Amino acid sequence: MNSMQISTAAPQRTLIRPSRGWVGLNLGELWHYRELIYFLVWRDVKVRYKQTVLGAAWAILQPFLTMVVFSVFFGELAGMPSGDVPYPIFSYTALLPWQLLEGGISKAGGSLVSSRNLVTKVYFPRMSVPLAPVVAGLVDFALAFVVLLLMMVYYGMRPTSAVWTLPLFLLLALVTALGAGLWLAALNVSYRDVGHVIPFLVRVWFFLTPITYAISIVPPGYRFVYALNPMVGVVEGFRWAMLGSAAPPLALILPSVGVAALLLASGAMYFRRMERTFADVV
Amino acid sequence: MTMDPIAVRAESLGKQYRIGRSQAGYRTLRDSLVEAGAGSIRRLSSLVHRRSSAVDGASSDTIWALRDLSFEIRAGQVVGIIGRNGAGKSTLLKLLSRITEPTEGEAEIRGRVGSLLEVGTGFHPELTGRENIYLNGAILGMKRLEIDRKFDEIVSFSEVEKFIDTPVKHYSSGMYLRLAFAVAAHLEPEILLVDEVLAVGDAEFQRKCLGKMSDVAQTGRTVLFVSHNMSAILRLTEETLVLELGRLALRAPSAAAVDYYMTSGMAQEGERIWEGDPRVSAAAPFRPVALRVRDAQERVSAQVASAASCAVEFEYALDADVTGLRVGLYLMTSQGEPLFASFDTDNRRSFEQHTVRRAGRYISRCRIPADLLNEGRFVLGVNASSFRIRSYFTEEHALTFTVDGTGAPGSQWPETRVGPLRPALEWAILEASR
Repeated sequence: MNSMQISTAAPQRTLIRPSRGWVGLNLGELWHYRELIYFLVWRDVKVRYKQTVLGAAWAILQPFLTMVVFSVFFGELAGMPSGDVPYPIFSYTALLPWQLLEGGISKAGGSLVSSRNLVTKVYFPRMSVPLAPVVAGLVDFALAFVVLLLMMVYYGMRPTSAVWTLPLFLLLALVTALGAGLWLAALNVSYRDVGHVIPFLVRVWFFLTPITYAISIVPPGYRFVYALNPMVGVVEGFRWAMLGSAAPPLALILPSVGVAALLLASGAMYFRRMERTFADVV
Repeated sequence: MTMDPIAVRAESLGKQYRIGRSQAGYRTLRDSLVEAGAGSIRRLSSLVHRRSSAVDGASSDTIWALRDLSFEIRAGQVVGIIGRNGAGKSTLLKLLSRITEPTEGEAEIRGRVGSLLEVGTGFHPELTGRENIYLNGAILGMKRLEIDRKFDEIVSFSEVEKFIDTPVKHYSSGMYLRLAFAVAAHLEPEILLVDEVLAVGDAEFQRKCLGKMSDVAQTGRTVLFVSHNMSAILRLTEETLVLELGRLALRAPSAAAVDYYMTSGMAQEGERIWEGDPRVSAAAPFRPVALRVRDAQERVSAQVASAASCAVEFEYALDADVTGLRVGLYLMTSQGEPLFASFDTDNRRSFEQHTVRRAGRYISRCRIPADLLNEGRFVLGVNASSFRIRSYFTEEHALTFTVDGTGAPGSQWPETRVGPLRPALEWAILEASR
């Protein structure tokens, strides 16, 4: 009797039933599966530069070469104003969070479809699939960030005293990438049009973000609407925290934060709502 | 005696699939724009639509893969699930492993679920064996510490020690499967789901799967086993669920369930007619017409005598000339054990005569000699193919018939003889010289 009671310590109980309408986010379960998310991130990082000659150097080369091209065409030839900051630093600082977003939404957007053999065969919280590539982008970001520090040394610049706020803007970039990634990943399951939309979306979004140009060329009256693009807040925040400007661009940051939060919340809810059909439709 | 606690419980479980539009995988941009524009209206109407079709049961673009399924399985039971293709077996396992959600009803699972239907899922070719063990383990729901603890065991079970730090894309398919299976086998679930239909790999590997399954069963864990292999079902399971068109047709001790499955839904009049069967069109230019059993008096009959010969005839039409066609029969017991297969061109002369069969209507007919089959129920299957070129038509369970033992050798003793055969053998009783 005794031994039986010991051996049958309450087993985990799972109830399987149809869910209707909007469902909870079930973040607890996501947390329970945190090791899986860790392994998925780790897989993305490990696999990304396998069988390449230059390996992880690509994480640095991509933004760096982009910056060189921008500096030649926009900085030198077109003479874009970049305030009192050298144009290379000006654009590279913006390119770092931009690449995080671009990589995040492109990879997250296609993630469910490319993991269809996982999704149709094993149960786990589906949100970990688009989450992993977004988080994995941080590794590339860190590598490219080191180059930014080196460039600042080269130009004799030092980070401002507001540099401690940088992680907050990084978080804002992640929230934006994840929010858009969740929307695109869930939509992509039933509408493969998304695969064609993503490159276009990325291009338009790029020009709506002050990467190659300074925010000063946007007429002041339009700036609030402009800042509804969460990447405006991210990029301006990055420049403010790293390079310093007169005042914290709060008027730009607040709408960006609001939109980013809305994007993530709505993306997560839509994803959870569509999640139940992923295995049947993908 | 105390009853074991319930491990799996299903109550009016149902799963509806949409076919047609959404089955196409993705929709067009136009649909997408319509969706974006009139999203909420459409969502509302589709909700209403779903409700109503759930009520009236059948809608033109939906099918119920599973409907109204209720059962309980107690901890430690080993239960088989059988049914024809499309009966809902795999859907049931998908619901129980939470891969997809039910449309109605509910199920409750007590304990950790593991399945052998996902062997190798999530393996990444660029990662090494070691890395894949961790990744795959995490996907199957193992904790990292647990994998650390079982790592050596997994590696030695998989027999790929030497290549554990080699990317698995360089593995042979056998090594790949062994490693994948080793990870799945060490999950130690309380409830194991096995889908033999989906289990990939060679016979050796399948045997390993079955072996692991009976190991698990012997340690008192609950096993649900989907299989087409009736002898495996009979050997490994105590009880079996028979699914038919998504519904539970029977739950019975495995022997009775297998017998029911093998003989159910088939004409009992000694004749099977294919006219109007939609699957037949896929067999073109071959067109099956009927399969008949005729007794010694040439009457179509579902009952033949063991002591007399009988004939089996398969009528079919060819809508075009067919080269190398062979038409044949499989005979099985009602427990699914195969007895023999025989083809109409087995005979060398017949084979040379019928290299090309012209378009037309044919009957391939064979005689089953007297004093061959024991009394009992038998199942006939048919097959028409051009060897190694194309298989036109196969129906494993086409017709069932009964053999009556009256007058068979030894029927002076009112006992049942074991085995499916009851041949009249020539005996001699000799006086042995001392």
